[in-house]
Amino acid sequence: MEPYKKHESIAALMDRSNVDTDQIIPKQFLKKVERSGFGVHLFHDWRFNDDGSDNAEFELNKPAFKGAKILVAGDNFGCGSSREHAPWAIADYGFNAIISTSYADIFYNNCFKNGILAIKVNKDQLDKLMAEISANEGVRFVIELENQQVITPAGNGFSFEIDPFRKGNLLSGLDDIGLTLKHEAKITEYELQHKQDYPWLWA
Amino acid sequence: MKKTMYEKIWDSHLVVDAAGQAPLLYVDRHLMHEVTSPQAFEGLRLSSRKVRNPHSILATMDHCVPTKNRDQPIADPIARKQIETMAENCLENGLNLYDMKNPNNGVIHVVVPEHGFVHPGMVVVCGDSHTATHGAFGALAFGIGTSEVEHVMATQTLPQQKSKTMQVVVNGALSKYASAKDIALAITGKIGTAGGTGHVIEYTGEAIRDLSMEGRMTLCNMAIEAGARAGLVAPDEKTYEYLKGREFAPSAQHWDQALAYWKSLPSDDGAVFDTTITLDASDIAPQVSWGTSPEQVVGVDGLVPAPESFADEIKRKACEGALAYMGLTANTKITDIAIDLVFIGSCTNGRIEDFRIAAEVAKGTKVAEGVTAIAVPGSYHVKQQAEDEGLDKIFIEAGWEWRDPGCSMCLAMNGDELTKGQRSASTSNRNFEGRQGKGGRTHLVSPAMAAAAASAGHFVDIRKL
Repeated sequence: MEPYKKHESIAALMDRSNVDTDQIIPKQFLKKVERSGFGVHLFHDWRFNDDGSDNAEFELNKPAFKGAKILVAGDNFGCGSSREHAPWAIADYGFNAIISTSYADIFYNNCFKNGILAIKVNKDQLDKLMAEISANEGVRFVIELENQQVITPAGNGFSFEIDPFRKGNLLSGLDDIGLTLKHEAKITEYELQHKQDYPWLWA
Repeated sequence: MKKTMYEKIWDSHLVVDAAGQAPLLYVDRHLMHEVTSPQAFEGLRLSSRKVRNPHSILATMDHCVPTKNRDQPIADPIARKQIETMAENCLENGLNLYDMKNPNNGVIHVVVPEHGFVHPGMVVVCGDSHTATHGAFGALAFGIGTSEVEHVMATQTLPQQKSKTMQVVVNGALSKYASAKDIALAITGKIGTAGGTGHVIEYTGEAIRDLSMEGRMTLCNMAIEAGARAGLVAPDEKTYEYLKGREFAPSAQHWDQALAYWKSLPSDDGAVFDTTITLDASDIAPQVSWGTSPEQVVGVDGLVPAPESFADEIKRKACEGALAYMGLTANTKITDIAIDLVFIGSCTNGRIEDFRIAAEVAKGTKVAEGVTAIAVPGSYHVKQQAEDEGLDKIFIEAGWEWRDPGCSMCLAMNGDELTKGQRSASTSNRNFEGRQGKGGRTHLVSPAMAAAAASAGHFVDIRKL
């Protein structure tokens, strides 16, 4: 993963709650055996008309949101299935940050594995951010992960909480598996004890 | 200190708990299917890592597999490639795979319990949100993403944040024809799809103890629909009885030792949960979802709600959107909603008891004109058992299609799907927009309700049949 630095980008607005992973990447696109190339299918059923043309009604098709890397969305974003194809599609489309009040657990974990910073804000802050985007579509926000700040032109900025482990991994771009394998000796030790305590699991 | 069952399992699986990093949890069992694993195997290959414990893994093919004409090659070349990739990956890494032609094949969360692969007190993962199913055995079972699938294969551990605990107490007894599915839908309706976020739910109370193992699987399966990381039911005599003698259950040599451990697992008296929710089973009518989220449910004797009946603005907007998508008018009687297709199956309701109750309702009836009804057993073993009991004949005589096992219309990846505007009564777990096919309209119900709708052509209150 690329180390995650400060960045500035257009913030796109998706004023919907409970956006589920079936919408983010519909199941007909889950058959690939690669990790790449899901961005063109992001929000497929909302984004395209039946004839394959762009649905002008869909928010991310607005010209003002073209090139946005920050997605501001309603409550409980990413609910539903565990498919990591959802964050793969989001990242491949170009987003590297999401701002919402809440996320489904599995989706939230998956984001951080793919260089997407999922920021949690309270309802009041989210309403302000949404209002700022609505009033000025194409507005650019700044995200500084190092000092956990979001800055907006209208002064609706805020600081956010993030688990230090997740933050560290994003900042360093380090591989989770590599980090875990530093504890190889402890895993082996645990397994030896496990075999003694629960022999039927190893029979 | 008094501990909940979740805390006991958590504590016994902690490998590393050091400051500045997420606790590392040991994983006992890893379940796999074709959709969420290929990129994980690719990752292992690219980093020259190996599967640490191949014996901890059981794999099947379920999401993309056809449910008819199984002897023919899969028509969709991308699906075929995914199936072939799964077979190659399992062969290369020495994993136990129940492929499409294997007599043990079926939906992963149906197959795994059939073989006794999950026991109480285990930590179980799978790249599938419905892994929560196995909480029915008192195992901590949860869905993970593909990066985590790779992580578990390489390390047999997973960095995890500890969840909060929620106790859902269901008192009293269910009325006739109300089922575990109705409890699950009623809970989701009560607490919402984000109600359990950050929590592991433990289901307790008389109505839960009364459920069969299969009922408990249905209930825990849908813990994720209420946003929970996992669902748990304390193991008891039913659990031990179910496991005894199954292929991967503890052998006679270890049985007493395993049993002693299992009996130590239930939450201590007086253990404290972060949240407690209470329901009375006798209040739970057979449920029908009316919207595009599993929290949008109502009893079969109810009405499609009006947006203005929701005080909360977000819920009001969600209701408006759902009614438009579902093609429904507020205040319509649920029993006046006509359906085009009925699907019985999935990891939620694809087990033998589901087909028994559905067959009881379908017996001697005919599928209504213009309605298609398909029964998709959760595994070949379920299919065989049903055929041994003559259930297939009941369905076929009533005009149903009797299929081979797979996820089928639960997520419509295999070609079984609704067309635009078609409306289903489905025993699956999600009614999201497009879940069963673009523009398809899904109503979630129990198997008995689905069978009753098939012959009537609309929803009926089975309590009145």
